[in-house]
Amino acid sequence: MKCAPFEYVRAGSVEEVVKVLGEAGGDGKILAGGQSLVPVLALRMARPSVLVDVNRIPGLSAIRPVDGAIEVGALVRHSRLVEQQHHPLLAEAATWIGHTAIRTRGTTGGSIAHADPSAELPVVAAGTAAQITVAGPAGQRTVPAEELFVSALMTSLEDDEMIVRVRFPQPTRWGFAEFSRRHGDFALVTAVVAEIDGAVRVTLGGVGAVPVRATEAERVLAGGGSAADAARAASAEIEPTADLHGTVPFRRAIAAEMVRRALATAGID
Amino acid sequence: MDITFSVNGERANVDVEPRRTLADALREDCGLTGTHLGCEHGVCGACTVLVDGEPVRACLMFAVQADGSSITTIEGLQGPDGELHPLQEAFVEHHGLQCGFCTPGMLMSGLHLLDTEPDADRERIRAEMSGNICRCTGYQGIVDAVEAAQKALDGEEPSAPRRRSRGSA
Repeated sequence: MKCAPFEYVRAGSVEEVVKVLGEAGGDGKILAGGQSLVPVLALRMARPSVLVDVNRIPGLSAIRPVDGAIEVGALVRHSRLVEQQHHPLLAEAATWIGHTAIRTRGTTGGSIAHADPSAELPVVAAGTAAQITVAGPAGQRTVPAEELFVSALMTSLEDDEMIVRVRFPQPTRWGFAEFSRRHGDFALVTAVVAEIDGAVRVTLGGVGAVPVRATEAERVLAGGGSAADAARAASAEIEPTADLHGTVPFRRAIAAEMVRRALATAGID
Repeated sequence: MDITFSVNGERANVDVEPRRTLADALREDCGLTGTHLGCEHGVCGACTVLVDGEPVRACLMFAVQADGSSITTIEGLQGPDGELHPLQEAFVEHHGLQCGFCTPGMLMSGLHLLDTEPDADRERIRAEMSGNICRCTGYQGIVDAVEAAQKALDGEEPSAPRRRSRGSA
């Protein structure tokens, strides 16, 4: 199908984006890579009156290693995340996003703002305790990833705010595992293991409305328990729902296996 | 909105509504109907074209976003006298198509793979081509064709413009 008509604004600065979104009064949308937004428009599941194209705003495409983390500009495409060598977990996760022709367009800021619980970057953001820098009418603020994701496709961002960059802490050990029925599909279950400041974090995607921390599994590991025990704990503590793609017991079984694999990659047994 | 881009090396000026996708602009405004539209929401890959050398789904990009870009479509594959590109020859030879609907997208994805990873093994070819859905061939012929085209092109210059502009556009 074709999109409903909209007014198109090609923004030259972040300030302009915030201003236009404010004037649109909740009826405006940011157009970045378009890999999630344009299908929604084409299916007419949304009909915003204004689209603000952020693709030509300078200064949002940098990947910068900083102390113990990397800062990724909102417009960094997934294909560049795959190629960068500063943050191996992020590079591995990005290879699982869609297909080449999607990774060349999709952006880091866009994927996080879209907040699909089955998408890779939100799980990595929550799993590494990422900090999201957001610009709004009152200037910039920083939001921890776990406070950003509110529900499926919903964030704590205001209508006139825009993500400008994401700071992903560098884990000392990490693992990533994903299961989907077909190559390039959204995940049925994703597991991210990241050791940050000496603590192992276990985070799952696809098993709830937001990326879910497996805190029981983390407690098992902190108490000296085995990876197998942690995987069992993770599978028991999550509350997945059944749908066309899998029943609850199936999702629990897959979750246990993905946690086991991610822990194995991280060298945690 | 008036926009200008280059398609297969030729300049195109078109006046489009902002909601016009790049795929529709190519087909309706430029008359280049070789780019096919299957699902129109980014799943099937039939509309894949190269924008500044990178494969994109032309149904997920608005034409206004392509202002100033350089685009390669399936029409750009033909030689000076209309002869088939070696990748097209390989698709014919190895049963890489039956009905032909997915073929333009398959060829653009395959072309990008040949240019960026000329030594890709079968597993890589299969992974890269998995972004394009084919309902006829069962994919074996497509993987065979890309592999055969690798051999045919071995030692030749890259076949399409290989401009790599990433990140900012």
